[in-house]
Amino acid sequence: MKKIFLILSIGFFFSVNAQETVLPTKPHKGVSYIKNATIHLGNGKVVENGTIKIVDGKIAEVGTNVSVPAGTTDVVDATGKHVYPGLILATSTLGLGEINSVRATQDSREIGDMNPNVRALVAYNTDSKVINTLRSNGILLANIIPQGSFVTGSSSVVQLDAWNWEDAAYKTDAGIHVTMPSLMARPGGRRFGGGGGSGPQQPASDPVKEGLEQMEGLKSFLREAKAYLNEASHEETNLKYEAVKGLFNKSQKLYMHGNTVKQILVALDFVKEFGLEMVLVGGSESFQVAELLKQHNVSVILSQPHSLPTGEDDDVDQPYKTAAVLQKAGVLFAISDEDGQTRGRNLSFNAGTAAAYGLTKEEALAAITLNAAKIMGVADKAGSIEVGKDANIVVSEGDILDMRTSNVTDAFIQGRKIDLTDKHKLLNDRFQQKYELKKKGF
Amino acid sequence: MRKNRLWLVVAITIAYSLPLAAQPTFPENGVANPRHGHYAFTNATIVKDASTTISNATLVVKDGKILAVGANLKVPAGAVEVDCKGKFIYPSFIDIYSDYGIPAPQRAAGGGGFNFAQPAQLETATKGAYGWNQAIKSDVDAYKVFSVDDAKAKPLREAGFGTVLSHVKDGIARGTGVVVSLANEKEHLVIIKDKASAHYSFSKGTSTQSYPGSMMGMIALLRQTFLDAQWYKTKPAAEGLNLSLQSWNDNQGLPQIFEANDKWNNLRADRIGDEFGVQYIIKSGENEYQRIKEMKSTNATFIVPLNYPAAQDVEDPNDARFVSLNDMKHWELAPANAAAFEKAGIPFCLTTADLRSVNQFWTNLRKAMEYGLSENKVLDALTKTPAMTLGIYDKVGSLDAGKWANFLITNGSLFDAKTAIQYNYVQGNKYVIKDDNFIAGTYNLTINTPAGDEKYTLDVKSTNSVTMFGKDTLNTKFSQDGKVVKLSFAPKPVRQRPSGAPEGGQRPPTAGGFGRGGAGTDATLPANAPRLSGISSGQEWNGTGIDSLGNPLTWTATFVKAAEAKPDTAKKKDAPVIGKVVFPFEPFGWEEGQQPKQETILIKNATVWTNENEGVLQNSDVLIKNGKIAAVGKNLSDASAKTIDGTGKHVTAGIIDEHSHIAAASINEGGQSVTSEVRIADNLNPDDINIYRQLSGGVTSSHILHGSANVIGGQTQLIKLRWGANDDDLKFKGWPGQIKFALGENVKRSAAPLGNNRYPDTRMGVEQVLIDAFTRARDYQKEWKKYNDIKDKKGIVTPRRDLELEALVEILEKKRFITCHSYVQSEINGAMEVANKMGYTVNTFTHILEGYKVADKMKKHGSFVSTFSDWWAYKMEVEDAIPYNAAIMQKVGLVVAINSDDAEMARRLNHEAAKIVKYGGVTEEEALKMVTLNPAKMLHVDDKVGSLKIGKDGDVVMWSDHPLAIYAKPLYTIVDGTIYFDRQKDEQLQKQVDEERLRLVRKMNGEKRSGGPTIPAMPSYQIMHSCSDHGHSHGLLVIDADEINND
Repeated sequence: MKKIFLILSIGFFFSVNAQETVLPTKPHKGVSYIKNATIHLGNGKVVENGTIKIVDGKIAEVGTNVSVPAGTTDVVDATGKHVYPGLILATSTLGLGEINSVRATQDSREIGDMNPNVRALVAYNTDSKVINTLRSNGILLANIIPQGSFVTGSSSVVQLDAWNWEDAAYKTDAGIHVTMPSLMARPGGRRFGGGGGSGPQQPASDPVKEGLEQMEGLKSFLREAKAYLNEASHEETNLKYEAVKGLFNKSQKLYMHGNTVKQILVALDFVKEFGLEMVLVGGSESFQVAELLKQHNVSVILSQPHSLPTGEDDDVDQPYKTAAVLQKAGVLFAISDEDGQTRGRNLSFNAGTAAAYGLTKEEALAAITLNAAKIMGVADKAGSIEVGKDANIVVSEGDILDMRTSNVTDAFIQGRKIDLTDKHKLLNDRFQQKYELKKKGF
Repeated sequence: MRKNRLWLVVAITIAYSLPLAAQPTFPENGVANPRHGHYAFTNATIVKDASTTISNATLVVKDGKILAVGANLKVPAGAVEVDCKGKFIYPSFIDIYSDYGIPAPQRAAGGGGFNFAQPAQLETATKGAYGWNQAIKSDVDAYKVFSVDDAKAKPLREAGFGTVLSHVKDGIARGTGVVVSLANEKEHLVIIKDKASAHYSFSKGTSTQSYPGSMMGMIALLRQTFLDAQWYKTKPAAEGLNLSLQSWNDNQGLPQIFEANDKWNNLRADRIGDEFGVQYIIKSGENEYQRIKEMKSTNATFIVPLNYPAAQDVEDPNDARFVSLNDMKHWELAPANAAAFEKAGIPFCLTTADLRSVNQFWTNLRKAMEYGLSENKVLDALTKTPAMTLGIYDKVGSLDAGKWANFLITNGSLFDAKTAIQYNYVQGNKYVIKDDNFIAGTYNLTINTPAGDEKYTLDVKSTNSVTMFGKDTLNTKFSQDGKVVKLSFAPKPVRQRPSGAPEGGQRPPTAGGFGRGGAGTDATLPANAPRLSGISSGQEWNGTGIDSLGNPLTWTATFVKAAEAKPDTAKKKDAPVIGKVVFPFEPFGWEEGQQPKQETILIKNATVWTNENEGVLQNSDVLIKNGKIAAVGKNLSDASAKTIDGTGKHVTAGIIDEHSHIAAASINEGGQSVTSEVRIADNLNPDDINIYRQLSGGVTSSHILHGSANVIGGQTQLIKLRWGANDDDLKFKGWPGQIKFALGENVKRSAAPLGNNRYPDTRMGVEQVLIDAFTRARDYQKEWKKYNDIKDKKGIVTPRRDLELEALVEILEKKRFITCHSYVQSEINGAMEVANKMGYTVNTFTHILEGYKVADKMKKHGSFVSTFSDWWAYKMEVEDAIPYNAAIMQKVGLVVAINSDDAEMARRLNHEAAKIVKYGGVTEEEALKMVTLNPAKMLHVDDKVGSLKIGKDGDVVMWSDHPLAIYAKPLYTIVDGTIYFDRQKDEQLQKQVDEERLRLVRKMNGEKRSGGPTIPAMPSYQIMHSCSDHGHSHGLLVIDADEINND
């Protein structure tokens, strides 16, 4: 630990409370190595005492018999350390909102409930101070998702070392997002006023009926969009139809945000007609229908395993165990961390908890690397340490899933060794100096 | 259907309004008609009260009063004799929780409570010389606003009631109630007692004032009003005339009735009473059976409603999924509530209050009786007990000479299924509920037509059902409404039916079917069906009509014989089989006798984190005996101990959460900027599943804090997570109190979209609020010291006690410690400067996310600090929050705790502590102390908990792994040597929960299939309290308390 502070204080002795000095790195050219590491490939396999060769930003070789030529300077000696694929935050509003409670900093929710044409990518702020704090915990890619009611827009995958959103774009507009209607009655506030319960109160309207109507409306929209897109030319251009083109040619996936079994059933019915590729986001109740999800080839993003059980009657550890249920059923799933207080940086610990409650460590790792890449359509270039893929790599002092040992010492995006400084480290450094802690032996 | 029969016969009600005596002061428009209602009811079975029945007896009434009751009484001259052979006479019922005849309170728009989003209403909107709080309506007298409302009286009389206590159900203090009869008379004459009771509640009603906005605020307001009213007796010049306090004092001599409506609220009300020497009569809710022992301990008389939740439609498993076990259990057990009171020997009255309609009363009463409530108790609870409770037993409540002539005449023993209340006499006025006019049986019908007489036989079954025979069985439509009989019929049989099969007109009666015309067979009758109409003279009916050709006709029907009494095939219902009450009334609750007990526990061969000089001991044992740590070391043994193999496991002290908001009914009293008078302890909620969930994460104690709505919030409460204990037993005994302060964005209400109108609006103002409060507290301290120093207090006025300032004086006297919600360095320094100036110390800075910037100053001031590991950027004032905060503060020399402020994260506090190893490199032992020993220190209980030291409380966790590892799970969580969480037992409990759910879902489905009333399934939402500081998603079924308009 002392080592980290030492490095930091040397590197940024004159830096103040800002991250303006943290520069995106130039594209990787030539050959670099990471050697003598325990390499977790992300696909379930682990290579002990292995070496990775990176050439022009890509992984060229991985294994125990990769030799580092004498005199090579661009080498990270990871002896005793663990190496992982860059972690992927599968659902996030990173860069769309800086301070949750300050409206002026919020760019994640557009007005209206039919916004397929709205693009998260264009609002992604590469200078957000949150980004570097995530990199410090090994998160190198994130799926930036617009929020709101019903059809909220398209998401893009970004890499977290960029000057601007164009540079950051890793896969553009690859997901259309639908916040599903709740399909669930909710009581009026007065039920909870004062003292004793007067028993359940009947809802004023039928949320199931209303929600189904809303979903039928979306079906009509897609039917019309499909017909429109089949026209050779249009008298009038419809931007919203144009925005969902990729759903039909499968260059876009449909992300259905929902949790309950009813929502899942409705979503399955919905995609059947159009043959769309669906991702369920949320999925807190998915453990009840894991087989069904498998049958329909639906992939799942568990958005917050660090969560309370849905109901009082549930297994107190249910949210921790849900991942293992999906794993057992063979469902392709990713784990995310949507926490608004910690801003997503506990992603690996959400996976760690799933490992404590039924996943193997490598399965848990896949849930925040390769599985997420598969779901987001970037597995051809990210998500695992395999030859030919981008060199998105994290080096940690120990097990990255466990906060006792999870300390990222180096990280590479597309082979670029990125600067792991962040606002928090800078402030830490500043006040280390104020109190002269090093002098006092800390 | 049987239970509904009484309701059917209530169909006909005619009130004979008989002015008893003209009021002398009122002019008469016409000729005087003095009548005295002098009657003698003879040959009756008279039930004078629940324990006295006289056979073959006579009741004599005159001028609305009972003259005499007894056997062998002579009918006095001048009295009309009414032969009541075969009849029973009972005292009419009394309902002492009514708002009969009271205009509905009107609520002005807006306001109502504290809400972070709404502007506050800081002063009362009531004009006049009243007190400062709009919800204290002690000046309201129901008798002044009461007016007779016969439309409302009628259903009450039909249910058997003759007397009610009415009051204005509005406000926390509600003024006085009035006892009235349900006669349709002038108001002057029906009032039995004008000021009969004083009323209170935990509901602000129509008050639009922000304070109080919480349960604990209401309790504080009541306590302060007691004190103010006592002080007001000294006629303080500074107060002038205060009508609210004056009435409050005037009302104290009356029976005091508190509407609490819930098991825990009942205890809360009773404790207020205990403090001020008042024994409240408590209006209960529906859930007291869940804590009947505690109810008994109040020594209160209860007023018990008969409202039950309806069965929910849970046939769709996806709907059933979100209906909680609690809601289903409560559905099953609520009808047993009244019986639970009886079984526990608690005195109680019954009321129609809370029913959607008075018409449900008998249905629900019979249900309560099926569930074990006895007939005698019911009669008592509807007559003598309410009368005694109000001190009006000399006037009503039994059939004794001199009392009001309020009595029921029934055609059988009151509680027999077939019995009907036929007449309800109120003040001697006869109200017909179900007259004798109708006689079921066989009648010969003769229709005189120009062609000659046609003969038929009528088998009259009920007032809307008849079977008519000519040559064949004919379709009919029949009704008898009082004396009026109507009949039409198909002249020819529409279709043949096998003999004995029910006719179309015999649709089974349905609940609430009274008042409807005939049974719905008109569709089967041809348009030319003969129509007859006539008048019943009892055994003979005469009338006219029109035949199928449109010719007029006359007809006669004469009674031949009564319907054969059907053998009573309905079996005496067995008491229903119902599930068991569990403690707490939650999933994973314990059945009576299954509660975990304190044991001698020996954990062998574990890695033991002592938090003491010994450090971490390998392969060591921990012995817990009599609730305390008895030994720590190697090779321990105790023959009486339950031995747990700790090989490969880790043992630590229980986790202590310095900042939590679980297990409380309310958290924020934001109605004012200084609310040191409110106390979390007043509204603990032991039925919070999060207690059990935190145990599953190794937490043994939680410090329940007031929220951050205001600068000086309320008094906090440290609890031990004794799952199953009642509210009092949850408390951490021997703990010096603390109080919550708050600074910054929340107290200046930065998030209010409509702006803030409550002082302060800036951090400048926050400082002034603190200075002002402690300046007043010092003056108050001086005033009392001066008073206490006077030896001869004769003629000296006692100063006013102020609960708000008392709590602040406790701080100045170092009897109460501050935990201060704080973020940015300017406000932290400001708070310390005020503290230094005013002579106190800020004991703990909580949240303290910029603490790293001022760690040296806090150390100098002598504060403890309690923070989050890695939260930031959720609002402006945490923009500079860093995860290295805790480590820096620790290295500067502060005692640092990591807290949760969140029921979810509280289950992973060991992992939050581990992050301080990651961010800043504190040692693992120091990190663990941040969630164990360090919080104990700042809570001033480190002599009792926080480390594994001999003599400290046996609050211990055994972990599956290194306690800071992400892979660590608590295997046992032990509080006071009692295993409250056991991972293996948890699996069994989960199985029990699942089985019980399945049973109840099936039972509800059975209810639906058997035609019982069901309502659509309603997800069982839970309310979650938080600091209101940061958003959390706790899943589908959680509603943040802030979304709720507290009223």
